[in-house]
Amino acid sequence: MTEVIVVTSGKGGVGKTTTSASLAVGLAKRGKKVAVIDFDVGLRNLDLIMGCERRVVYDFVNVIQGECTLKQALIKDKRIETLYVLAASQTRDKDALTKEGVERVLKELEEDGFDTVVCDSPAGIEKGAALAMYFADRAVVVVNPEVSSVRDSDRILGLLSSKTRRAEQGGTGVEQHLLLTRYNPERVANGDMMGLNDVKDILGIEVIGVIPESEGVLSASNAGVPVILDEASEAGQAYADAVARLCGEERPMRFTEAQKKGFFSRIFGA
Amino acid sequence: MGLFDLFRSRPKNTASVAAERLRIIVMQERKADGRGSHDYLPTMRREILEVIRKYINVDADAIDIHVTHEGEGEVLELSVVLPEKPAAPPAAPAADSEDA
Repeated sequence: MTEVIVVTSGKGGVGKTTTSASLAVGLAKRGKKVAVIDFDVGLRNLDLIMGCERRVVYDFVNVIQGECTLKQALIKDKRIETLYVLAASQTRDKDALTKEGVERVLKELEEDGFDTVVCDSPAGIEKGAALAMYFADRAVVVVNPEVSSVRDSDRILGLLSSKTRRAEQGGTGVEQHLLLTRYNPERVANGDMMGLNDVKDILGIEVIGVIPESEGVLSASNAGVPVILDEASEAGQAYADAVARLCGEERPMRFTEAQKKGFFSRIFGA
Repeated sequence: MGLFDLFRSRPKNTASVAAERLRIIVMQERKADGRGSHDYLPTMRREILEVIRKYINVDADAIDIHVTHEGEGEVLELSVVLPEKPAAPPAAPAADSEDA
């Protein structure tokens, strides 16, 4: 069985594509055969974050419209043997995606022996986002500890529990996880930023990872290397923890506590 | 935090203000969506239907169930449309309500 994981958020700019790239890499590094699909038709970006932007010949819409085969459109990652990227179309609009087309591509990926498909959702709640989540088995809802992001995430949780295939079938529905990004433990300690437990309580679902605000994230996207591959960065390590938890392992939360400041840094400023 | 910051009064804790505002708005929006505390309704509807079908042959869509708000309280309304019988007068919806 292929497991379909949607990475979604409602609000834009919270780190969906960064998260999709790192989760896909992390799962593939564990030996799973993974495809990561960009559903943001018209605003393709996953290719840049994955560092394969110059190798895009055919895209997701080409496959759906039958203008090429799935094999032709899948871009094989140069770093990890079992990882493939399916880019979004840059020139079409969102209507180019259809439910039947998406279903057909997912079915073909299953027949090709893919273990996991990561769907990188566009922002918003329009067609692209609706299709990215429709076939999901699990959802990673990316949220920043900030009012508009948390509220939008709750809208998305509502859609996940009503407008997905699993919701329509009854049964257990889509398994939902929260992933906090841009987390700043110092600001949480100062009372300027909502903490992990605040967000968890408000939304009422379990947290699969907390990614600290880190310079590593920008450097990684500058270079087109998913941040999980930067094992020295806190964000990279936090994503590796999140992948382990997705795979059912237990890991303590890291990088969520403020560093204790020494006497001198308190007096003279950090 | 530098030396002079120590003597400055700290602003109000904005994170707890944010969390409180969100708790209220998220709860309201979930209610408006019919989500949140009532996500057992579809299952309950199905189970009630099964019980009724032991005695009366009703359609799957004959049961209407919803929660309404009256002042502070909530009311669970359940109505079942019974099938028409040749001899009997047109079936009136058997309405039943109780506090949720």
